Amino acid sequence: MSKTQLKGSELKEASISEFFEKNKHILGFDSLQKSLFMIVKEAIDNSLDACEEYGIVPEIAVRVSKIGADVYEAQIEDNGPGIDRKEVPKVFGQLLYGSRFHSIRQSRGQQGIGITAAILYGQITTGKTATVKSKKMGEDVAVEIELGINVKENKADVKGEKAVIWDTDHGTSVTVRAKGKYQAGRQSVFEYLKESAVVNPNMNLTYIDPDNRKWTFRRVVEQPSPKSKEIKPHPLGLELGEIRSIAQTSNEKTLAKFLSGEFNRVSEKVAGEILQVSGIDGSKPPSELTLEEIDSLMKAFKEVRMMPPPTDCLSPIGGEFLRKGLRNIYEETHPSFYSKPVMRPVAVYSGNPFSVEASIVYGGELKSDEQVRVVRYANKVPLLYQAGACAITKAISEMDWRPYGLEQRQGSGVPYGPMIILVHVYGTRIPYTSESKEAVANVEDIVEEVKLAMRSLGRGVRKYLRKQQKRVKAREKFRLVQILLPEIGRKSSSILGETEPSLDLVLSQIANVVFVNEDTEPFENGIHVRISLHNFTSRPRSLTVYADPPVGEISGGVNTWEVKEINPAENYSITYDVIGSIKDYPGTDIYFTGIDAVYVQGAEPLPADWNMESLTIEEEDGGDEEEEEDSDEL
Amino acid sequence: MAGTRKRRKIQMNSETEQELKGIVRNILESINSGEIPELHLPSRTRDNIVLDQLTSVWKYGESTTRRSAKSLDGAEYLVKFLYVIDFIIEMLKTNKSSTLREMYYISEGWDLAKFGSQGESDLLAEDLEVISKLLREDFKLRPEENGASIIGDITIEEKNRKGDFKTINCKDDVGDGGYTIPYNVEQEKLHLKTHGANFVMAIETGGMFDRLVENGFDERFNAVLVHLKGQPARSTRRILKRVNQEMGLPIYVFTDGDPWSFRIFGSIAYGAIKTAHISDHLAVPTAEYVGITASDILNYNLPTDKLTDKDVNALQSELKDPRFQTEFWKAEIETMLSISKKAEQQSLAKYGLDYVTEKYLPDKLGELGAA
Repeated sequence: MSKTQLKGSELKEASISEFFEKNKHILGFDSLQKSLFMIVKEAIDNSLDACEEYGIVPEIAVRVSKIGADVYEAQIEDNGPGIDRKEVPKVFGQLLYGSRFHSIRQSRGQQGIGITAAILYGQITTGKTATVKSKKMGEDVAVEIELGINVKENKADVKGEKAVIWDTDHGTSVTVRAKGKYQAGRQSVFEYLKESAVVNPNMNLTYIDPDNRKWTFRRVVEQPSPKSKEIKPHPLGLELGEIRSIAQTSNEKTLAKFLSGEFNRVSEKVAGEILQVSGIDGSKPPSELTLEEIDSLMKAFKEVRMMPPPTDCLSPIGGEFLRKGLRNIYEETHPSFYSKPVMRPVAVYSGNPFSVEASIVYGGELKSDEQVRVVRYANKVPLLYQAGACAITKAISEMDWRPYGLEQRQGSGVPYGPMIILVHVYGTRIPYTSESKEAVANVEDIVEEVKLAMRSLGRGVRKYLRKQQKRVKAREKFRLVQILLPEIGRKSSSILGETEPSLDLVLSQIANVVFVNEDTEPFENGIHVRISLHNFTSRPRSLTVYADPPVGEISGGVNTWEVKEINPAENYSITYDVIGSIKDYPGTDIYFTGIDAVYVQGAEPLPADWNMESLTIEEEDGGDEEEEEDSDEL
Repeated sequence: MAGTRKRRKIQMNSETEQELKGIVRNILESINSGEIPELHLPSRTRDNIVLDQLTSVWKYGESTTRRSAKSLDGAEYLVKFLYVIDFIIEMLKTNKSSTLREMYYISEGWDLAKFGSQGESDLLAEDLEVISKLLREDFKLRPEENGASIIGDITIEEKNRKGDFKTINCKDDVGDGGYTIPYNVEQEKLHLKTHGANFVMAIETGGMFDRLVENGFDERFNAVLVHLKGQPARSTRRILKRVNQEMGLPIYVFTDGDPWSFRIFGSIAYGAIKTAHISDHLAVPTAEYVGITASDILNYNLPTDKLTDKDVNALQSELKDPRFQTEFWKAEIETMLSISKKAEQQSLAKYGLDYVTEKYLPDKLGELGAA
């Protein structure tokens, strides 16, 4: 943006707000349908960033009400740390206001534009000011400020300020009136809030829509989100205009000190090498650098060897948050499978650390003849627009999903199946396709990382589907030997008036195995489970049975049973209860040890990682080890 | 195989019961001797019908299918099979009968043996005929379709509900609708007595049947008119067979000119694929096709409709059907495909209401050497 204003010295430099006034679309205010979504989004991005920074578990209330034809009022209230009275006009009334300009960190809002742009949009379309109420921790009263934006000078136009009583410990509330059209569906305020709730499972959110309907998303995690670390920018991650503005505001007196002081991974030695390669005098004050000199510096950055940026500065949503958030929000569709979240290691593109985490929800009431739903996030913000232009969509579309058991025409495009894919790309600087931050730009390194995450998830889905198939086969066989064949014996003998025949010989021909079968029956607090074992072999069999319910907890905690000597043609039953709110129980994973696998149908040999897998809910880094385990199956 | 069956008379209930129990005994004995029970029956597909040289009708060939309790589907089939036999034996003992549809609904209460659709239960009843070499009349199962109708100088005796045989002349004793063919037309129910006719004209559509009646075609040509009501029911084909066999009357078939009508003729003259196990009971190999042929469409310049995709597929399937491998049919089917048109019987009305009886039928019957 700033570059646009640099043309020609005779032209008076337009204020950034003036520029925005004429180019609303650049920041995403390009239609009436979108404006309400944009206002809510910008306010919530700020609220969540603030809560994260101050270790607060967020409590957010959103209300959108209709004021007149195409005019709405949006109010967003949080329990954030509150903003100092003097800071309010800058934070809400001045575009590009940012206190941490020289350092970078992963956050939702990046350029200090969002909420001010929303207020400006409201002012342009309705002529009304916005109201900001804020209360800082430890203060008795809140301050309420009514402000507009002085477009010519890019600063707040404060119309009034008063102290008010606000019955809360701390928080901020912003109220904006703007022209808009309220809509439902995939690109609505509601969808944005719902998707936000998925990745912020520690947030309590209430929403009152223009029809006065109230929705509540309750938190399922009590701890605050982990904070991201502030780092200095890496030389390779900056553009010319940015280096120029850092140089102009830097306190360092010489270029050499400037290089080693303001950037990450630039030691004095590296700074010396950069100066040597670029041929610029190291004693020159950085504020006097010309654009040409900055250009030579940037070329030198690329030639000089320096370490990649640190990677411990990022803040993922995290496996546990993702798992709980997905369950919390999508459980209403009764999915039969939640994948383990995949957490990719941190990678770097052009000097910017970034990473990808992803997860999958499968089955239940999700439609199998529709395209898979892709839910995209960048730095924890849901992306609802521009799906087609996004690197995430590109990565998913370019992958062949067919080997993983999904339908995909010609092996490309978003696959079909009863599935939701959640992808989160996060980093200190996400490359967006536009200033309105609606889609991640097609940077090859990012596309590749998303693909790696997708492969890992795909393997999980394939494994699940295979398990389901095996389960269906076992059920069928069970029905055959346990129900249909006895019925054939019973009915034929009763027609002839003879005694029922013994089926042992026939059954051992059809199934020379121990059958393991699960029956479930729901009750108030969960389900009753009966695992039946039937020995159709001709010898007594002993084995150990392990049960791993995918949802809920086994009442009493016993999940392992020694089964001694089931005689041929005899049955053995294990019964227990699984406690939890279980709607569509997908079936227990049943494992065994102590018997040759060829003599068992309906259960799997106990996996080597049994205890680790079932008893902890920890983040696995999804990728590499699993990759090796399955690679020969492809 | 199926062709060696030689029986006509409906048999005693107790005989049927013994036959069915024999099949059940085989299943039980398999189990007792440790073998997986299974049933074998001829595969009932187009690819497995062959011409029986002796009777000139088409019957099932050598290829068989196996229903084994080894698979889930096979075992489910066997359970249903046993339930149906049990149900039939029960009816035989209590002297009841039921329609095929009633049996389908009764299966609702059979739990494991419940049918998914009536098509499935009808098919199983036919399988039971094939395996037992009995007829569904023996099983006390009857169709629900009401039979087609007859107008013409033919005298029959039909047993009424009181058990008395009543004489009916199908020309003088009936209204314009004609004599309605009952579902059971076997000797125990219906006797063919005398006739004053030269031939039988079997007509596909009601409109054309009524046209011939109104125009007095039956009287002028001494014809017995039979309304087929589309694809003819078993009893309709059976009575055509008996009239042909017992009274010596030739059968002419007059239908629309489309692939489905060709199949109607096929089922009358050659035997239908689904009932190939009783073709010698139902089919009239000497039946002649009057029209509408594809050549008629061209020769008489008849109003037409375009063939649909389904029509084209049906014609192509007929080209592969062993029953239609005659010069006449190959030529007609290929002509129809090449002109891509079909015509209804009633398209003859283009030339006036009397045209069919004054010109078309006399011409065509003349060609066939009948009139």
